Amino acid sequence: MAKQFSEDKEKKKGDSGNPKEDAIEVMATVIEPLPNAMFRVELENKHQVLAHVSGKMRKNFIRILAGDKVAVELSPYDLTRGRIVYRYK
Amino acid sequence: MAIHLRSAEELEKMHRAGLVVHDVLAALRSFVRPGLTTMDLEKFAEGKLAGKPGKPAFKGYRGYPCALCTSVNSEIVHGIPSPKRKLREGDIVSIDFGMELDGYFADSAVTVPVGPIRPELEKLLDVTRESLDRAIEKMRAGNRLGDVGHAVQNWVEQNGFSVVREFVGHGIGTKMHDEPNLPNYGEEGRGARLQEGMVIAVEPMVNAGGPEVRMRDEWVAETADGSPSAHFEHTVAVTANGPWILTRPKSVTGPSW
Repeated sequence: MAKQFSEDKEKKKGDSGNPKEDAIEVMATVIEPLPNAMFRVELENKHQVLAHVSGKMRKNFIRILAGDKVAVELSPYDLTRGRIVYRYK
Repeated sequence: MAIHLRSAEELEKMHRAGLVVHDVLAALRSFVRPGLTTMDLEKFAEGKLAGKPGKPAFKGYRGYPCALCTSVNSEIVHGIPSPKRKLREGDIVSIDFGMELDGYFADSAVTVPVGPIRPELEKLLDVTRESLDRAIEKMRAGNRLGDVGHAVQNWVEQNGFSVVREFVGHGIGTKMHDEPNLPNYGEEGRGARLQEGMVIAVEPMVNAGGPEVRMRDEWVAETADGSPSAHFEHTVAVTANGPWILTRPKSVTGPSW
């Protein structure tokens, strides 16, 4: 049985030792695409933040369009910027 | 997360599970004919397994209802057997099956033509199977995961087909899906280095058209453009003597399927 690529996503949360691990992951909706693979996304709490697409998603050619539901990681240090780490189907 | 290295005894146990998988798939391969439903295949497999030790690995895995995955034509993987899905002459059906025996898993798949098929489909099956042959050949200590993925991608794309990105091969051992992931694409010299004792289910999924996938429901993945898709798989161990295909008898040599 083939393994779905996103299957082990949840398991990886909480692993330590990686600088990207301290991020807060939240659900968001894409509002508009911006240049340089940036997107304006609206979080569940209605805040709008600027988010870029994670390197892993770019590498795997995951396309993101306005209206997509995505998971965004926010840095606890700068809550106005985030990283899109997952696109929901 | 670390990749498990398996001892010789563990490999033997996986091989025993693999032989059951091979028996069932080989029997199904000659059983397939026009007019059967995919549920008939499931029933046939259950009949073969009745009273034998071990249990089918997929049944109950994340709520999956059957022992087999039967994916017809444009279905890529995880087609669920159904009494309504009738096989017709000219179809291709991918049959994917895994066993757990004595705590160890083995997983394999083969795409079978239903009666005579169009030459394009013949070619799709040949190229997919050959890409598995080429990938298995790369399953040697010292190579990297990227070499294996590259072998698949290179052969498939040279022949004008495309590889599915959303699903990957996987480490296998005491659970069905283990570390590492093995995508069917990649760059040579990238990824984790293969070591003796690693066991990976190598499974190219090849679309005749574009690589895009659409999920019909929680399980069934089909090609977005409706083009046919093929899938071959073996559970392969890296050993001192090179790749060892655990999901077939040692006496069988030559092409993977």
